Amino acid sequence: MSGTVHSRGSIRRRLMVQLLLGAAVLAIALFFIVQSLARQLAEESQDHILAAAASAILDAASVRQGELQLDLPYSAFSMLGNLSNDRVFYAIHFDDTFVTGYDDLPLALESNNFGPRFVTRLFRSEEVRIITAERRLASAGKPVTVEVALAQTRDGQRDQLNWISQTAATLGAGFFVSVAVLAFLAARSSISPLLRLTESVGRRGPQDLRPVAAPVPSEMAPLVAALNRFMDRLKTSLSRSEEFIADAAHRVRTPLATVRTQAEITYRRVEKEENRTSIREMIRAIDESSRAAGQMLDHAMVTLRTDHLEQAVVDLNTLSAEMVDRLRPMAELRDIDLVLNVLNKVATVGDAILIQGALRNILDNAIKYSSTDSTITLSVSQNAGWAQLKTNDQGIGFPENGVEALKNRYARGANVEGVVGSGLGLTIADEVARAHGGSLNIANNTEGPGACVTLSFPLC
Amino acid sequence: MRFLLIEDNVSLARATVDRLSLDGHVIDHAVCLADADSYIATADYDLILLDIMLPDGDGRSFLKRHRDALGSTPVIATTARSEVSDRVGILDLGADDYITKPFDFSELEARCRAVLRRRGGGASNIKILGDVRFDSLSGTLRVGDNTLHLRNRELRLFEIFAAAPEQIFSKSKLLDRLFPYDEEASENAIEVYVGRLRRHLQGSRAEIITVRGLGYRLSIE
Ligand SMILES: Nc1ncnc2c1ncn2[C@@H]1O[C@H](COP(=O)(O)OP(=O)(O)O)[C@@H](O)[C@H]1O
Repeated sequence: MSGTVHSRGSIRRRLMVQLLLGAAVLAIALFFIVQSLARQLAEESQDHILAAAASAILDAASVRQGELQLDLPYSAFSMLGNLSNDRVFYAIHFDDTFVTGYDDLPLALESNNFGPRFVTRLFRSEEVRIITAERRLASAGKPVTVEVALAQTRDGQRDQLNWISQTAATLGAGFFVSVAVLAFLAARSSISPLLRLTESVGRRGPQDLRPVAAPVPSEMAPLVAALNRFMDRLKTSLSRSEEFIADAAHRVRTPLATVRTQAEITYRRVEKEENRTSIREMIRAIDESSRAAGQMLDHAMVTLRTDHLEQAVVDLNTLSAEMVDRLRPMAELRDIDLVLNVLNKVATVGDAILIQGALRNILDNAIKYSSTDSTITLSVSQNAGWAQLKTNDQGIGFPENGVEALKNRYARGANVEGVVGSGLGLTIADEVARAHGGSLNIANNTEGPGACVTLSFPLC
Repeated sequence: MRFLLIEDNVSLARATVDRLSLDGHVIDHAVCLADADSYIATADYDLILLDIMLPDGDGRSFLKRHRDALGSTPVIATTARSEVSDRVGILDLGADDYITKPFDFSELEARCRAVLRRRGGGASNIKILGDVRFDSLSGTLRVGDNTLHLRNRELRLFEIFAAAPEQIFSKSKLLDRLFPYDEEASENAIEVYVGRLRRHLQGSRAEIITVRGLGYRLSIE
């Protein structure tokens, strides 16, 4: 019934993927921006301190009698120590001659302007930041230059940078996770009207073809409008089909009823045996065709209704009692006792009209294929998890072979000679049982002659 | 019995009227609901046969309208629509039974009997034949203190005799009434059922007598 739906992609997934990709890009960018800002800041602050320290050293320098007087000020180094525990190197040159410090500490390249010069390079196999600053002094009216090179390793800075990077990474990840959660919630809430619609349509009984009335977001309105139009068309075509079937039966059967009645009257009037025989055959043929037409249309109706199976609770005890009352006059005509044997109270879920149809066909058969002065028992019971309607008759019974094939359309047994029928009764009963998730079992009685036909339905 | 037949198809109605009068019933025919209304206002019926689909309305509305006026008169609905679709509501709305066209008149008779039995008929069903009290509705024969139930075929056969005591019925006429179109039923079957009735009547003043070459008659001493 419900065919497979080909789905490609998922709105929710697409939405999620897009939002998450965006979030990832933003998180990574955030990480890099924070990291590079931090590095820049760290370098700048180191440079500032180096510059301040260098100028403090230079400030302490003076020239006396052509000699450089310099007490390295403690403050210069404590300033540097503030930043980190990095090691500090220095070299002081006076008029281009090395005076004190590390003589292998290189000076930054000459530059023409006076500001301090910075360079980063390897020194004693460690990366250091070197500042070179100079100060001009006058010595005996002649200018002299004091140059200081101050270097500091960058381990502390690197540690700090690492820490900042980690923080930035955590921040980025946190950002990503919170966006992911938001994306999930947003995706869910944006498709939730779709889910609600699906659920409300899915929950309906198959006969429920009312338009969807609950409000939906405007983006879904065209879909719902199309769905409503479709259901409306389906409803019209369903009721038209039912109407057509009912009408067709009416049109076929009314004239047959006239013919049959006229034939009965004529039969009562004619005397000659050969005429009587032919009228009997006529009546039989009329019965045959009206029955066939009726069964065919019933079958069409059953097919239609099983496609849209109603889901109501059906009390099988009441249904059986009504059906037995209804058919009893027919059984009595042939002196057949129709007995209802209620063993349990049982109910199932489905379409009562269809179940009635199935049971009527089974009981009709039992009456048709029984001899006069016999008994037919309909037992209603609960058995191994099933609600069962079991008919036992004392008639001719099913043929030995190929009973299952009798459920096929228009199949009639080899045992039917002279009994009017269309071969659709068991087909209808079988289809109804299967549409309800049950089954039709046909067999002969284990003790004594006659057939035993069981309709099983799921209990409810 | 007096029937009201409400049926819009004239040829079917005419045939039905003819057919029912063959069995000795009296039938009025209404072609539409308006017609039926005036019949009901002027006469009492034992049974109403109502077509569910009529030109001037649904037979079901008629049922609703007349349920009170009809009192105890039973209604059998007739329908030619698919059994699966039309039955819904017919019984709910007050018909006592329904029958699908085309029908066998023995089925109609059987349904009438069942409906009337359920409703509990009046004294008209009781016939006194000598010392035998016959209730055609419940299908019982009482001889002295002894009450026994007739089976359907015995009942129908005895009904024929009881309607006209002393009249001679040929085997073939009886066969027609009892199993009209049954290929297998033979005149032997009539002998079987007559035999059974004779056994039931033993010890009473009523007796089924064989009239050589002609048939049977019910005689009461
Ligand atoms: N109660 C029964 N006893 C014996 N045979 C039966 C019984 N019910 C059905 N059958 C066999 O099954 C065949 C198919 O039944 P069904 O489909 O009702 O068609 P049909 O109109 O011939 O009765 C019948 O022709 C008959 O041979």
